[in-house]
Amino acid sequence: MSVLVYAEHDNAALKGVTLNVVAAAKAIGGDITVLVAGEGCAAVADEAAKVEGVSKVLLADNAAYGHQLAENVADLVAEVGKDYGHILAAATTTGKNFAPRVAALLDVGMISEISGVESADTFKRPIYAGNAIATVQSGDSIKVITVRGTGFDAVSAEGGSASVESIDVVKDAGVSKFVSEELAKSDRPELTAAKIVISGGRGMQNGDNFEMLYKVADKLGAAVGASRAAVDAGFVPNDMQVGQTGKIVAPDLYVAVGISGAIQHLAGMKDSKVIVAINKDEEAPIFQVADYGLVADLFEAVPELDSKL
Amino acid sequence: MKVLVPIKRVVDYNVKVRVKADQSGVDLANVKMAMNPFCEIAVEEAVRLKEKGVVTEIVVVTVGSKTAQEQLRTAMALGADRAILVETEENTQPLGVAKALKALVEKESPDLVILGKQAIDDDNNQTGQMLAALTGMPQGTFASEVNVADGKVSVTREIDGGLQTVELSLPAVVTTDLRLNEPRYASLPNIMKAKKKPLDTVSPADLGVDLTPRVKTLKVEPPAERQAGIKVASVEELVDKLKNEAKVI
Ligand SMILES: Cc1cc2nc3c(=O)[nH]c(=O)nc-3n(C[C@H](O)[C@H](O)[C@H](O)COP(=O)(O)OP(=O)(O)OC[C@H]3O[C@@H](n4cnc5c(N)ncnc54)[C@H](O)[C@@H]3O)c2cc1C
Repeated sequence: MSVLVYAEHDNAALKGVTLNVVAAAKAIGGDITVLVAGEGCAAVADEAAKVEGVSKVLLADNAAYGHQLAENVADLVAEVGKDYGHILAAATTTGKNFAPRVAALLDVGMISEISGVESADTFKRPIYAGNAIATVQSGDSIKVITVRGTGFDAVSAEGGSASVESIDVVKDAGVSKFVSEELAKSDRPELTAAKIVISGGRGMQNGDNFEMLYKVADKLGAAVGASRAAVDAGFVPNDMQVGQTGKIVAPDLYVAVGISGAIQHLAGMKDSKVIVAINKDEEAPIFQVADYGLVADLFEAVPELDSKL
Repeated sequence: MKVLVPIKRVVDYNVKVRVKADQSGVDLANVKMAMNPFCEIAVEEAVRLKEKGVVTEIVVVTVGSKTAQEQLRTAMALGADRAILVETEENTQPLGVAKALKALVEKESPDLVILGKQAIDDDNNQTGQMLAALTGMPQGTFASEVNVADGKVSVTREIDGGLQTVELSLPAVVTTDLRLNEPRYASLPNIMKAKKKPLDTVSPADLGVDLTPRVKTLKVEPPAERQAGIKVASVEELVDKLKNEAKVI
């Protein structure tokens, strides 16, 4: 049996999460093929060919896939993937967008956000905002799966020497069109890949106050995240939301500042190695998961932290 | 223009669920149930489109047990015009639900289907995309803005890197994200009125669909508990612990 891994990329470079998905594919077993679909993305295919454990790379380079439109990508993956036992994508907004379409086109059930592989047909996945872990078994001939990056240690980006084969499958459903994109630009590490994450909540009071967190983050090489309340209030953009319905992070150190610790927020960060909470309310539920809790006013504690680093 | 809004009855988002001792699932006995929060956002969006004069009829639907009538009534109190219950005691899964919805789409011919991006029980995030694939409709998932004009819908989507806007031909499927709107509460007069709105019940067999689950749950366990930590007295102590004890900075 062989596994098809859908590469996550921006047409220029392979995204790190693909290495976690390949790790999940290795745990399943069998030959690993990586499919790179995009526009002007040959360099990505070359990168994918070097990834440890990959035996073949398929490159579908066409304008129809340039913006990862789900309608087109799903048609492609369903056609290419029908000869595989497993189709894996990252549980990112790209993977979540097209993978269920693929499953429906193949008339198979789908397994979302696996965090563990028990065997080729049995997987672990969090449900109820991570308050329960289900072990699920698929009876379908093709298993369509999204992989939670934090559940699998990345394979090496080097060491492989797969062949790259261009495929000439053009699927353009013609029903959707890319209009525009507003991508956050930041020199800080990406939230889901950072070793240290500092997040601010409603307690930050406004967007300007996040500057305090950025200063600390830059000293530590950290990424900055936020609670839903901080995003809803417009302090920071949506791509910074950590939680059940935002991004899932599991850094070595997670610092929650002015965040109460609602279950939906905990769902996105409680697998972090070390958790620090800074909150003025000593009853705040975030302290129940924090390794180190500091009961303090953040407007005093954060500048002091900055000065002591 | 007609909108179909599929919704789901789930555990209230404030409830911290417990796993059953026999590992067969989570304990839902005597637990508060509610409309899935993302579905509330979907209903609200449909109602706003109706208030703007874009939409003329809102049909709300759920695939689930008889008890889900409660959530259908809530949706009608919020502004949906009528409801359909596809009644089943089966533990529903996205592919089966999408097939039932497809059958309803064929019957009702909506111009737009608006549903939540995920239900907060199984956290699958699949049904809207599956329905779109089965019906050949385009999809605008994780929507934070929806504009209907000239036979098209433009959807701004919350993606990992920021925001993306796509334009879809109608009919289309839209799945809602948190920032799309802030749902209203139902007023008492509207709750009373909703009791008189039509609610049809159909069976999966009427629709010719098979809801047998494709994915089997072998067991459900509680997550690993975190060890209780300590409180530090000062920023100085915190920095010391992080450097010398946890060794993470
Ligand atoms: C369907 C659904 C999905 C959701 N998804 C997510 C998600 O993905 N991520 C997420 O985060 N939330 C999510 N939520 C929201 C979640 O339930 C909480 O509402 C949210 O996490 C609260 O954010 P907060 O902790 O910043 O705000 P609050 O709960 O208001 O907490 C603010 C905290 O700041 C502290 N504080 C205030 N001032 C100071 C100060 N000067 N110094 C120190 N501390 C201070 C307070 O003591 C308080 O504990 C979701 C909710 C729903 C219904």
